[in-house]
Amino acid sequence: MFYREAGDFKTTYAKDQQIFPIALDRWAFRLLLAFAFLVVPFIINDYWEKSVLLPFLVWSMAALGLNILTGYCGQLSLGSGGFMAVGAYASFKLSAAFPELNLFIVIVLAGGITALVGIFFGVPSLRIKGFYLAVATLASQFFLIWLFNKVPWFYNDSATGMIFISQRDFFGIQITGAGAQPWATYLFSLSVVTIFAFMAKNLTRGRIGRSWMAIRDMDIAAEIIGVPPLMTKLTAFAVSSFYIGISGALMFLIYLGSIEPTEAFGIDKSFLVLFMIIIGGLGSILGSFLGAAFMVLVPVLLKNIMVGALGWPADLAAHIELLLIGALIMIFLVLEPHGLAQIWRITKEKLRLWPFPH
Amino acid sequence: MKASRLKGAALAAAMLMGTMPAHADLTFPMLSYRTGPYGPNGTEFADGYADYFTLLNERDGGIGGVMTKTPECETAYNTQKGVECYESTKGDGALVYQPLSTGITYQLIPKVTSDDIPLHSMGYGRTSAANGKVFSHIFNYPGNYWDAASIIVKHINDQESGDLKGKKISLVYHNSAYGKEPIRTLEELAKKHGFELTLIPVDHPGQEQKSQWLQIRRDRPDYVMMWGWGVMNQVAIKEAANIRFPMDHFIGVWWSASENDVLPAGAGADGYKAIAMHGVGSDYPIYADLKKYVVDAGKAAGDGTKLGTVLYNRGMYAAMLAAEAAAKAQALSGNKDITSADMRNGMEALEVSNARLAELGLPGFAPEIKVTCANHGGPGLGAIQQWDASAGKWSLITDFVASDRSVLDPLIAEDSAAYAAENKITPRDCN
Repeated sequence: MFYREAGDFKTTYAKDQQIFPIALDRWAFRLLLAFAFLVVPFIINDYWEKSVLLPFLVWSMAALGLNILTGYCGQLSLGSGGFMAVGAYASFKLSAAFPELNLFIVIVLAGGITALVGIFFGVPSLRIKGFYLAVATLASQFFLIWLFNKVPWFYNDSATGMIFISQRDFFGIQITGAGAQPWATYLFSLSVVTIFAFMAKNLTRGRIGRSWMAIRDMDIAAEIIGVPPLMTKLTAFAVSSFYIGISGALMFLIYLGSIEPTEAFGIDKSFLVLFMIIIGGLGSILGSFLGAAFMVLVPVLLKNIMVGALGWPADLAAHIELLLIGALIMIFLVLEPHGLAQIWRITKEKLRLWPFPH
Repeated sequence: MKASRLKGAALAAAMLMGTMPAHADLTFPMLSYRTGPYGPNGTEFADGYADYFTLLNERDGGIGGVMTKTPECETAYNTQKGVECYESTKGDGALVYQPLSTGITYQLIPKVTSDDIPLHSMGYGRTSAANGKVFSHIFNYPGNYWDAASIIVKHINDQESGDLKGKKISLVYHNSAYGKEPIRTLEELAKKHGFELTLIPVDHPGQEQKSQWLQIRRDRPDYVMMWGWGVMNQVAIKEAANIRFPMDHFIGVWWSASENDVLPAGAGADGYKAIAMHGVGSDYPIYADLKKYVVDAGKAAGDGTKLGTVLYNRGMYAAMLAAEAAAKAQALSGNKDITSADMRNGMEALEVSNARLAELGLPGFAPEIKVTCANHGGPGLGAIQQWDASAGKWSLITDFVASDRSVLDPLIAEDSAAYAAENKITPRDCN
C-alpha cells in the first residue's frame, strides 16, 4: 500500500536510473545514513567501536571486494586474506616512508598497489576456471603471507616481524594508534566504506558491471557478443583487489594498529570473506554488508548472550558458539541458497503487494 | 508483530553491548583460552589462575578483606577476539590484564597505557617492556624471552665446557611475533660465542613439521632450541624422538615445557630439557590448602587433576604475583577498593622475598622479585628442568641462574628507545 512504485513519477533520466526506485527505500536509506553519520558518533563507546562497528566496516569492505570478483564476475577466489595483507603492508610501508601523507591517500594508494598485485594473480583466470582458479588463488594467499613473513623489508626489520602504526592525524584529528577517539576512527572508516560502496554500486550498474555479469553467466556467449574476456576479468580482479586492499589497510591502520601476517590474514580469513558473500548473497552490494554483519556480529551476540546474560562458562560458550554458527549457516543456505539479500528481495516483493497479495 | 520485532532488535543491541556488572570486588579479568590448538595449554594456566583467587576468597576472605573475582573471556589465542575481550571487560573495574599471548599483548600495549590499566605479560610479550621508563604500564617480570634465550645458551655453554666455537644451534620457532622474539638476542649471542645459528620457522598451528625435522636431520645441529606453543610442542618433540635426536640436546623455552608437550612422545621424550621460571611439581605447602579449600570444596576451575603441572603452577604463580601486587597497592593507596592506577603503582613497588614466598606456602618456588620504576622485567633468572619419562615428572637440574646482562641490556635499551621514538613517548624520570 505504502511501499510501491506507483505514483512516483520519474521525469528525468537521472531519476529513472536512481539506485532506489521506491521513495520509501530512498528515505529509509537516507535515514540510515543520517543515523550512521550524525547519531552514532555521539553514542559510540570503545566497546562498540572496537568489537562491533570497526570489524563490521572492515569486513564489509572486504566482502564488497570479493563480491565484485566472485559474485559479479564469477571468478572464485580464495586469496582475499593475502590481498588484505598486501593492503595492510602497503599502507604500513607508505605511512612509514611518507609520514606527512594524508591517510586517506595512503589508503587509496594501498588499494592501488593491491589492485596491481591482484591483476598479476588474476592472469591465470584467463585459462583456468572454477575450482581450479580457486586453487590458483589459494597459492597467492600462501605466497603473499610467506613473503611478508620472510622478507624483512616489508616489516622494516622489526624484531618480531609485526608491523605497527603510531599516532597519526587526519586533518588534525587523531585516527590511528592509542588514544584515538572512537567517533573519529568510526567516522573515518564509515566515510571510506560509504564512498567506495557507492562507487561499487554504480560500477556494477554500468557498462563494466554488465560485462562482468556477462562473463559470469556464460563466458563464451559474452565473448561472442563482444565482451573482451581478458580486460573484463582483469578489471574485476583489479577492482576487487582494490577494495580488499583498502579493507586490509583499514584493518591495520584504524582497527588493530599492529598486525602479525600469519594470524591476521591467514587462510581462515579468506574463507571468512567467502562465507560472508555466500551467506549475504552473491552479486549483491547489500548482501556484502548483510553477510559481513552476520559473520562478525552474530558471534559477538551469541557470546554476550551465553556468557554475559546466561552466565555460562566461557569455554563451553565458545564451543556452542561454533556449533550454532555452523548450524545457522547451514539453515540459511538450505532455506535460502541465494543468501540474505534474496530474503530482503522477497520481503520487498511481498511488501509491494501488501495487503492484497492476490 | 512489528513491536515484537523492534523489541527483539533492541534486545539484540543490548546483548551486543555486553553486560556491566556492579563493581565491588577486586576484578582480575582472564583473557583465557580453552579452545583451539592452544586450548590444552591455556586451560591449565587458566585453571591455576582462577584456583588461586578462589583459594584467597575461601581461605583469607579475599585480598585485604575484599573479595576477588575472575571473569573469564575466551580469546582462542586470537588477537581480534582478544581485543573484543579487552574492550568488553575493561569497564568492569579491571585491575590487571594477563592475556597469555604475545600477539594480544602487542595489541594491548598502547591501549592499556592510554586506559591506565597495567598489563602483566609474565615471561612473554614484548621483551623491551622490561624498560619501565618507556613502558609505564607494561610489566614482564620475573623474566623475558631474551633472558630465556641467554640462559639456555649459558646452559649449552656449560655442557660444552665453555667453548661454543663452531657449534651449530638451531632454533625451531612458532612463526609469529612470539617465536621471532628471541632471534635478535640469539644472533648477538652467536656473534659473542661464535656458534652458528640456524632459524627454522614452523607455521601456526604447527601440526605438520616433517620438513623442518628433515632439515634438522640433514644439518645435524649440536643443539636444538624451541620456541613453541600448543600442539606445535608435542609434534616437535615427537618428531625429534623419531629422528633420534639426543633429547638432552633439545631445549625448549618455558612455554614448551609442560606435561602436555612431552607425554605424547612417551619414552622418546625422556631427557628433554626446558628452561623454567619457577619450581615444578606439587611438593609445596600451598597445595594442601588448594586441595582443602578449592578442590575438595568443589570450587576448582578444572577437575582438580592438573594441580602441580607446569602450566597450572604458572597460572597460580601469575595469580599470586597479581594478588601480591594488589595487596601492595592497597597498602600504598590506603584504600581497600583499589583502582587500576593503584594496581599499577602496586606492581611497580612489588617485592616478593624468599621469606614472603615461604609465608605463602611456596618456599623456594621462584627467585626473589623486586620491581622498580625503571626495571619492570624482574630478576630475569631461570633454571633448566628436565623430563624423566619413566617417573613422568619434571625436575630442576640447575639452580636459578642469571642471564647475560651485558648482551641483553643494550638490546632492551635500543628496542625501547625505538618504540619511544616511534610513539613520541618521553621516557619517565625514574629517580
